[in-house]
Amino acid sequence: MPNEKPVFSAAGVSRVFGHGKKAVTALDNVSFHIADQEIVSLVGGSGCGKSVLAKIMLGLITPTAGQFLYRGNPIGDAREHWREVQPVFQDPFSCFNQFFSIRSQLKASFGILNTRPSRREMEERVDHALRAVNIEPPEIEGKYPFELSGGQMQRMLLARIFALRPRVLIADEPTSMVDACVRANILDYLMKLKEELGMTIVFITHDIGLAYYVSDRIFIMHHGRIVEHGPPDRVTMHPENEHTVKLLDDIPSIHKDWLSRTNVSRKPGAVH
Amino acid sequence: MPIFEVDNLHLHYLTRFKDRIHAVSGVSFAMEKGEVFGIAGESGCGKSTLVNGCMGLFIPPLYPTSGEVRVAGESIMGRTPDDVRRNVLGRKVAMIPQGAFNSLNPTRKIKDLAADMIASHENGANRSEIYERLRERFARIGMQADTVLNAFPIELTAGMRQRCVIAISTLLDPQMVIADEPTSALDVTTQKSVIRMIFDLLDKGIFSTMIFITHELPLLRHVAGRIAVMYAGQFVEVGTTEQVVFDPRHPYTQALMGAMLSAEPGQKQKKPVAIEGAPPNLALPIHGCRFAERCPVARADCVSTEQEIRTVAGREVRCAYAE
Repeated sequence: MPNEKPVFSAAGVSRVFGHGKKAVTALDNVSFHIADQEIVSLVGGSGCGKSVLAKIMLGLITPTAGQFLYRGNPIGDAREHWREVQPVFQDPFSCFNQFFSIRSQLKASFGILNTRPSRREMEERVDHALRAVNIEPPEIEGKYPFELSGGQMQRMLLARIFALRPRVLIADEPTSMVDACVRANILDYLMKLKEELGMTIVFITHDIGLAYYVSDRIFIMHHGRIVEHGPPDRVTMHPENEHTVKLLDDIPSIHKDWLSRTNVSRKPGAVH
Repeated sequence: MPIFEVDNLHLHYLTRFKDRIHAVSGVSFAMEKGEVFGIAGESGCGKSTLVNGCMGLFIPPLYPTSGEVRVAGESIMGRTPDDVRRNVLGRKVAMIPQGAFNSLNPTRKIKDLAADMIASHENGANRSEIYERLRERFARIGMQADTVLNAFPIELTAGMRQRCVIAISTLLDPQMVIADEPTSALDVTTQKSVIRMIFDLLDKGIFSTMIFITHELPLLRHVAGRIAVMYAGQFVEVGTTEQVVFDPRHPYTQALMGAMLSAEPGQKQKKPVAIEGAPPNLALPIHGCRFAERCPVARADCVSTEQEIRTVAGREVRCAYAE
């Protein structure tokens, strides 16, 4: 059933931490709409407020001013909200409990649903989700989080999303802990989630290059404000805001000069 | 004479069940003074184990199997961890770790952390003299000495903390610096400012020779003069930056380059290609090419023949079909 209402709509949303002299404005009068089945990237440096916005979307914190709506309604009961909106975080090791096997935790995540599937269906959905992220179920049978590599654990977080099939995914820097090969993998899975399950994805990153690949729209954030937004081609090819230009410049690229040293000595040495 | 030499280094971890995991098998390289040498590779390929080996720091379960590491011709192998900390680290080899937050004791001020570092190497140094030296050094490398030195780690931003770690690591003018993913925990803007500081220290002559380890090949292109690509405990390709980045010959280097992405005109169609499969289990004896299982151009004999490193087109490649 297509929903005409935007998935998220924010009108003048602000969030201030602390009060008095120590008040810190993390989000400053932010307004936007995110449509159904759209991939939106929030891009910005550390401390620009992108994670705060993600937490507001998850209903973990509430804005201090402005109106934030999920499909036309304010976020009420958190558990109710999490049935439809699920996160993937940066550090998978802090998301799983060390003392339970991964499979049991994947099954336990069905607990959030209104109607728990039958035992057999649960096993099938977990198996299917694991195969969706290229892991054969026997590979992780009886294994605990510390026995897997970082890339595998990040895929476990994504497997959880494949199993639960929420309508909205908030991915908060899912690729910043993994190396380049795994990163390409994870981007593939995000695209797969959108194509197969018609998910709305909010992708948070500091690397505008990644955002360029996956998203339909890019929001550039700086100091709690959205300073520029638009389709990826426009934002990356013809950036209008100085902060966007800076973010683009700061990515080390193999094709353009990035940071040059005056007296670089490149002496050949004996290597084998 | 090379300032830093690693000669056929083999390192292994000993598991609880007395199995040996050969994390580094047969790495050799030599560095001249003034050189920046980059090592790239995916997680778990042995980069960080090699770093420990290069410092001569063997804390169980890591043990050296064979091979030699020499700083200015002098071997640093066969020392106890305590001896290494006292006599090798800091002066001969300094290490810049990845997570700046884990490297700084949160309960002490930066100046105390730095002073401890000097005091542990110089017996009987006067505390107030040390503070004076610290102020000079921090000012010389362009940091606001008084603010930074009197701050607790938690009061500083992530980029500033990493800069403090770099400043403290290089306090004793080491002959050799090993930076193990110094910027992977930082965002792109902070990463650039930290790299700028490292360049600045190189230009000011605080240190001259560096091994820079990262999994970002595009970053290495700007930092290193020479690059080694590591896979499953071995170097698979070693050459100048231009050779490795723009004309990779080993299938693994090519695959790594294919997995990179960049926001440039016309690049969106060129999807990053992930490398399927996983590296071999290093606890088991490996026959044949270590990359054969994942190699897109593997031939029948790749699985059975051990690949030797050889010279192709001016660089060293561990592949029989690199032409």
